[in-house]
Amino acid sequence: MTRAAPIAAQGAGVGRSGRVALRAKGMAHTLLPVMTVLAAILALWYLACIPMNAGQSVLTAARADVAVSPESASDRRGMSGLALALRNPGVAVAGAYGQDRARLPAPHQVAAELWAGTVGEPVSSNRSLIWHGWVTMSATLLGFVFGTALGVLLAIGIVHSRVMDMSVMPWAIVSQTVPIIAIAPMIIVVLYSVGIQGIVPKAVISAYLSFFPVVVGMVTGLRSPGSMQLDLLATYGASRLQVLTKLRLPASMPYLFASLKIGIAASLIGAIVGELPTGASAGLGARLLAGSYYGQTEQIWAALFAAAILAALSVGLLGALERALLGRMGMR
Amino acid sequence: MTPVVSAHALDLTFQTTDGAVHALKDVSLDIGAGEFVSFIGPSGCGKTTFLRCVAGLETPTGGTLAVNGMSADAARRARAYGYVFQAAGLYPWRTIGGNIRLPLEIMGFSEDEKARRVRETLELVDLAGFEKKYPWQLSGGMQQRASIARALSFDAGILLMDEPFGALDEIVRDRLNEELLALWARTGKTMLFVTHSIPEAVYLSTKIVVMSPRPGRISDVIESPLPKERPLDIRDSREFIEIAHRVREGLRAGMEAA
Repeated sequence: MTRAAPIAAQGAGVGRSGRVALRAKGMAHTLLPVMTVLAAILALWYLACIPMNAGQSVLTAARADVAVSPESASDRRGMSGLALALRNPGVAVAGAYGQDRARLPAPHQVAAELWAGTVGEPVSSNRSLIWHGWVTMSATLLGFVFGTALGVLLAIGIVHSRVMDMSVMPWAIVSQTVPIIAIAPMIIVVLYSVGIQGIVPKAVISAYLSFFPVVVGMVTGLRSPGSMQLDLLATYGASRLQVLTKLRLPASMPYLFASLKIGIAASLIGAIVGELPTGASAGLGARLLAGSYYGQTEQIWAALFAAAILAALSVGLLGALERALLGRMGMR
Repeated sequence: MTPVVSAHALDLTFQTTDGAVHALKDVSLDIGAGEFVSFIGPSGCGKTTFLRCVAGLETPTGGTLAVNGMSADAARRARAYGYVFQAAGLYPWRTIGGNIRLPLEIMGFSEDEKARRVRETLELVDLAGFEKKYPWQLSGGMQQRASIARALSFDAGILLMDEPFGALDEIVRDRLNEELLALWARTGKTMLFVTHSIPEAVYLSTKIVVMSPRPGRISDVIESPLPKERPLDIRDSREFIEIAHRVREGLRAGMEAA
């Protein structure tokens, strides 16, 4: 193919399969640095467990009549975990990783809790993280769909109407400056008073958080075609609807997906925050809340990781969808 | 025979933050059906602006302009012309065939008609077999040929071309010039062609409009005596060199007067 260089474009000779091969080779190259960073984070976490849990370690040791320094409990009370760990290194290290309600559970403890909550419990159990995750995720997805639809519609309006641009955009921005933790209880109370409860209030909060990145991204995307592209359609006598469907919407797809990835993560946060003020009995937010009531740190961390894994899966799924769609559209 | 494009005392002033820019001043020109007219001049001489006025993309501030006997805007809505921009501007999410189908979709041609016209225009620009390729799989010259096919697909009588080969190298440009002449001979369309290149203008045109800047105006109109049949080596002939010389003189005179 390279011999056809005067005619063929750069990289034209590299077929689809060639690109995939290049990507696979690139992954092998990046695997080592990625694993190194992961190992560093885990090492840091294990290290942090020692001072964080030192108070409990030393107390347990003292109760078992092991010599600790300082000897008096009242002297120890005011000391920081770091100071205690430095003065009792052996005791602090030995006791750091096996505590029941550790201030900072070790990674393997969180992993065990995650395992117990997902694989170890039947999905129908109210201790199953899969069940709680699904409760949160269903509200997240519903809100995400609402928010995305609202965001796209608003963006189309903003791009086509100067009045909407000037009247809607400022409110959209203001809406995001209000802390969600302040507005979430109000949304729930207001909706409850009109008889709406359950999944919808949480979805509304999710939508509230996720419409904004979609509006911003889509406004940029719909405005991305240059004046030449718009002139070209003008020479065909195209209507505004045709300009929208033939040019603006397809051109905005890469922007849409960037926004969707931010939007789904924001949606998940919205659903979790929506579970906090009601004392909901189900959902990852409920697990977080219950964990902090009863000092079940492993449960908190397990719920946090479950949320993070859900977010990562959703963003990954959107990324795959993006590659598939843009690939089908020939945009590589 | 009534002219296809008829401009009389055309004026266009842009209001910018730095004050008024006189883009066109007192431009009068008639273009007959089937002519190949090149517009040549330095940057800012208004050649592109004039083309955009004919296309109805700019509105003149003075004078009269008729395209196919109507106002430029009415002619635009009647789809009287195809426009080729300096960049090919193909949609990256459409195949070559899909790009050529774009104007046909907007203008509401039937499915059979769309397929037929895409096939025919692709053959016309020598891109048969590339219908299913994406723009990034084609070279710059091939992309520009596809954009010409796109402008030809709905068979408008006028083709407006704004430095279509400006971004291409000399070798590709020569070949495309040759192909463009053949295409013109086959289709008999009226061509308005903006260029920076003197040899290109002389080689292609039946009429060369020399323009000069500040304010943008016509400084010379040269009717070419060259035959319609033009092999590339006609550029070494005495007549060709004489016309090129006259174009150069016109450009120089325009610059000195400014």
